[in-house]
Amino acid sequence: MKPAAFDYARPDNLAAALQLLRQGDDTKILAGGQSLVPMMNTRLVRPARIVDINRLTELDYIADRGDHIAVGALARHAAVKASPLMAQHFPIICEAYDWVAHSAVRNRGTLCGNLCHADPASEMPAIMLTLGATMVLANATTERTVSAGEFFVGLYETVTEADEILKEVRLPKPAAGTGWGFEEVSMRKGDFAWATVVATLRITGGAITAPAIALAGVGDHATRLAEAEAALTGKTPSDALFAEVANRAAAAIDPPTAAAVDATYRRDLVATLLPRVLRAATNRAS
Amino acid sequence: MDTIAIRLTVNGRARTANVPPRMLLSDFIRHELALPGTHVGCEHGVCGSCNVLVDDKAVRACLMFAVQTDGAALTTVEGMCTKGLDDIQTAFWEEHGLQCGFCTPGMLAAAHELLAANDDPSDDDIREAIAGNLCRCTGYEYIINAIRSAAKKRRERTLEPA
Repeated sequence: MKPAAFDYARPDNLAAALQLLRQGDDTKILAGGQSLVPMMNTRLVRPARIVDINRLTELDYIADRGDHIAVGALARHAAVKASPLMAQHFPIICEAYDWVAHSAVRNRGTLCGNLCHADPASEMPAIMLTLGATMVLANATTERTVSAGEFFVGLYETVTEADEILKEVRLPKPAAGTGWGFEEVSMRKGDFAWATVVATLRITGGAITAPAIALAGVGDHATRLAEAEAALTGKTPSDALFAEVANRAAAAIDPPTAAAVDATYRRDLVATLLPRVLRAATNRAS
Repeated sequence: MDTIAIRLTVNGRARTANVPPRMLLSDFIRHELALPGTHVGCEHGVCGSCNVLVDDKAVRACLMFAVQTDGAALTTVEGMCTKGLDDIQTAFWEEHGLQCGFCTPGMLAAAHELLAANDDPSDDDIREAIAGNLCRCTGYEYIINAIRSAAKKRRERTLEPA
């Protein structure tokens, strides 16, 4: 249970870190280390080089940029969870963080690191999809932005290239009156999700507008439910509508069967949790 | 193997060391600093028994490399009891908050962090604070009692006239 040896660098600024990332595929970025180090301890990964970004204080921020909130690569989960900006604009994130590991892990782990790890049972990717977040990926020569929908591509897989860092994630401030819901079932709070369901929506003239729904824990990565969103748009919220949409969504997913929990149960969870989330979002919408 | 020189504060005392980058903080504490009060259970961040305070924040010592504590202030269970048991340890003693003691150092780190931020935690706050620490003896209730009792005594002490 000891990590294999690696070359270690701890640059003082982003430019130096990005130069180090040009060394090739076998280099890993160490931010909070709460996913990477367990995998190194158990030798699931043995990177040749570690670039420790914990001295890049320039990336430790949660900033109000007018139309969006930007969260830098070194912002810890605990800081995001406790941020007044988050409480004001994204109470869904503060609430969801109760389900993300435990305080000692949240003290070290970072939001951007969590997104790059792209664990299929992680809550934050589903929330980024729902909120329409944008990822800013930087390498030594340029920057690019990709939507959350393009960012997550597979099991522990994102579009981030070996020479890139997720420099910040941008969360567009939701339109006034947006309601939200978050539900999860796992063995214990803080454990990996068996199913996580996230939704935001608005109510305009009694009808649902701009619904956004995402699931985690039921596939190889978090996904938006485009069909369910289309089925809700323009409709009057009702328990019958929510149940119908949820049942169809549950039938359409292909969840994994693991030792503790099989695919049928995960489908039942989606069918049960999705109406709750839609009801909560409707009640919070104004 | 190449080593890196680090300088840190351990339980209030300045220390220097040369560490290979792969050395976990938990191994550094036990094997290099010779402070065996920090316990190593699962070694992949699940059990919480290796929790220590780094710059007053509870962290998993098995999920940090020793080299990352360069410049930091490290507090282990040994640093919590320089003059006999401290108030939280005393409350664990009085309320039977431990049986075998394996999880206790990690529980104490979690309790320290909680009580530094919240002098009147609810039972839910206490449960949340120790949720990342596994105990296989007590069933947790006595630990919750101990932390509640420590908080109560701290509040009473601050209310006493000087």
